[in-house]
Amino acid sequence: MTKTENVLRAIEEAGNTEDKLIEVLLKVQERSRENYITENQLEEISQELEIPLSKVYGVASFYSLLSTHRRGENVIQICNSGPCYVRGSRNVVNMFESALGIKMGEVTDDGKFSLEFTSCIGSCDVAPAAKINEEVCGNLDKKKIDEIINNIREGVK
Amino acid sequence: MSKVDINIDGINISVEEGTTILEATKELNIDIPTLCYHPDQTIKGSCRVCVVDIENQVNLSAACCTPVWAGIKIRTNTKKAREARKLVLDLILADHNQECLSCVRNGNCELQDLCMELNIRDTKIEKINHKLPIDDSNPSIVRDESKCIKCGRCITACHDVQGVGAIYNVDRGSHMRISTPPGKKLNEIPCVYCGQCINVCPVGAIYENNDIQKVWNALDDESKHVVVQIAPAIRVSLGEEFGEEPGSIVTGKIVSFFNRVGFDKVFDTNFTADLTIIEEGHEFLHRLNNGGKLPMFTSCSPGWVRYVEYFYPELLENVSSCKSPQQMFGALVKSYYAQKNNIDPKDIVVVSIMPCTAKKAEAVREEMNDSGYQDVDIVLTTRELGQMIKESRIMIKELPEEEFDNPLGISTGAAAIFGATGGVMEAALRTVYEVVTGEELSNIDFVSLRGIDGCKEATVKVGDLDVNVAVANGLENARKILDMVKEGKADYHFIEIMCCPGGCIGGGGQPILGTNEIKEKRIKAIYDIDSMSKLRKSHENPVVKALYEEFLKEPLGEKSHKLLHTHYSPKS
Repeated sequence: MTKTENVLRAIEEAGNTEDKLIEVLLKVQERSRENYITENQLEEISQELEIPLSKVYGVASFYSLLSTHRRGENVIQICNSGPCYVRGSRNVVNMFESALGIKMGEVTDDGKFSLEFTSCIGSCDVAPAAKINEEVCGNLDKKKIDEIINNIREGVK
Repeated sequence: MSKVDINIDGINISVEEGTTILEATKELNIDIPTLCYHPDQTIKGSCRVCVVDIENQVNLSAACCTPVWAGIKIRTNTKKAREARKLVLDLILADHNQECLSCVRNGNCELQDLCMELNIRDTKIEKINHKLPIDDSNPSIVRDESKCIKCGRCITACHDVQGVGAIYNVDRGSHMRISTPPGKKLNEIPCVYCGQCINVCPVGAIYENNDIQKVWNALDDESKHVVVQIAPAIRVSLGEEFGEEPGSIVTGKIVSFFNRVGFDKVFDTNFTADLTIIEEGHEFLHRLNNGGKLPMFTSCSPGWVRYVEYFYPELLENVSSCKSPQQMFGALVKSYYAQKNNIDPKDIVVVSIMPCTAKKAEAVREEMNDSGYQDVDIVLTTRELGQMIKESRIMIKELPEEEFDNPLGISTGAAAIFGATGGVMEAALRTVYEVVTGEELSNIDFVSLRGIDGCKEATVKVGDLDVNVAVANGLENARKILDMVKEGKADYHFIEIMCCPGGCIGGGGQPILGTNEIKEKRIKAIYDIDSMSKLRKSHENPVVKALYEEFLKEPLGEKSHKLLHTHYSPKS
């Protein structure tokens, strides 16, 4: 699917009014294998919805659900809010980084994974937690993290 | 609306329901510090420097955005409130480039003032040193993100007042910045260079591209013949830079200053404002009588011209082909004036003093070389002129009043009112009426077109025709009229559009802070100049008449077309 088709289809489904901006951004991102919205797409959305580009970009950069930078096929978002921090989210970061061989904010060479922070995902009861794609994983330790990564690599889930 | 009884700092007062704490304290002359609050903008409530204590409430409340309720007891000067305000400032300072001494807003900075007033003597929070870029990609506006305090006033000006939307919040939390879209500079996006963001910035994060040194260099160069023009709005606003009351008229003192620092001739943009009326008036009549594109839009405001080029390219044919008075002046000085005085135009430097940042970009448009040279060489804003006067150490208040030089310094009251919204239309109607009917216009004051309202309209009987005119100031107001024109829902013949709210007196190069209250005083002064003028109609300007006889021959003639008219191109 070309980029323009992607944007036009998202607008067709969501609607072409200003209030549909977030929905359109989410749909465009969902269809992108790299889990982000390109500059070109932001410009197309700005034109189609008649919203200044600065605002489209502002909204896309505000929400951690959305990204304006290339991400992995699987997006790992580690919570950096208070409770997770207290329960050792720093270690979780180190463990993910060494397991994947990348730093926070980076994408693995094969494009399979990317690492980033998120603010609270409401899973303080199982802190430290991370969101892997649409799924929340809590009580993270080395064993769990290796298992998550292996499962994705082997296509279990 | 019903009244509620409240108590502020032990004083009982009755205010209208819905009044904010900030408004209520103003009634008692209690001064609450504010930073993101701007009297002419919607309330943001983001900076929290206006917090006050409320009885029986644990947390402080922001005065700007908290409405009072019956029985509320507010205390504005408690230890808790004072310390919270200091903490807010400390947090802002931690992320603020504090090179105050070399900052353009040194001495006129709301953050500096607050730090002084709130007795900030040491800062406790560790500094964050974000390396942030300075964007000076264009001739008009510089953005220095390291000074930005993220109050959001510029965003309101750009999106809500001007409907342009060049800048917005980017990212979140402590990483939040106010910026252009990713990787793009102001010259790569549809910024119209109006500078309304500058006028509302409390600090030095946005300012004009400074050209003062170029003027000093020209004055120091003995091989150059340096000529200056000042726009209609300068004379009623420059005084504010020197502590004069808003609306003080300082025309003669400005002329006097220019003579002191060695300009060879001191002329007036008002002269070419009169000329614009003759050309634009005839263009309008030509369109009217020959089935040309109507409605015709005025073209004096370069921010508006950029706007229509970017956002309404389909209406470009409706825009008058007349250059702005600034550009007509430059073209005439380097042709007519140069010939008449036997000066080689390559040795002439034309300096403009404008209330406008977009004028800097207008002067370097590639179309603006019809004299064979760049018609206008250097453009300074009103603020830059103020700075130049301060740098010269000449005490402008003590200077005598002097007159503009002949011939390009002679003008009428019709030209003076170009500086206020509705003025160009009023000036045009005074001339068009008399040209068409051959009769004297008895009441020349078109009061329905005056004032700070965003959109105004009138119908004027000119001969057999009812001419429908409209006036808009501020681009968001212009957008409403443009959409009506685009959809065929408007039956206007002639429309004046000024980019900035209030017209040029509210331009992006004017003294800061130019609130609506101050703008109204500047407008009043503009109309005072008009009513005190002996001549009040552009076609009565004797030098304009002589210019046509000696040089231009006739309005819309060959020479006029070459020197005084231009064309536009879509930018989107």
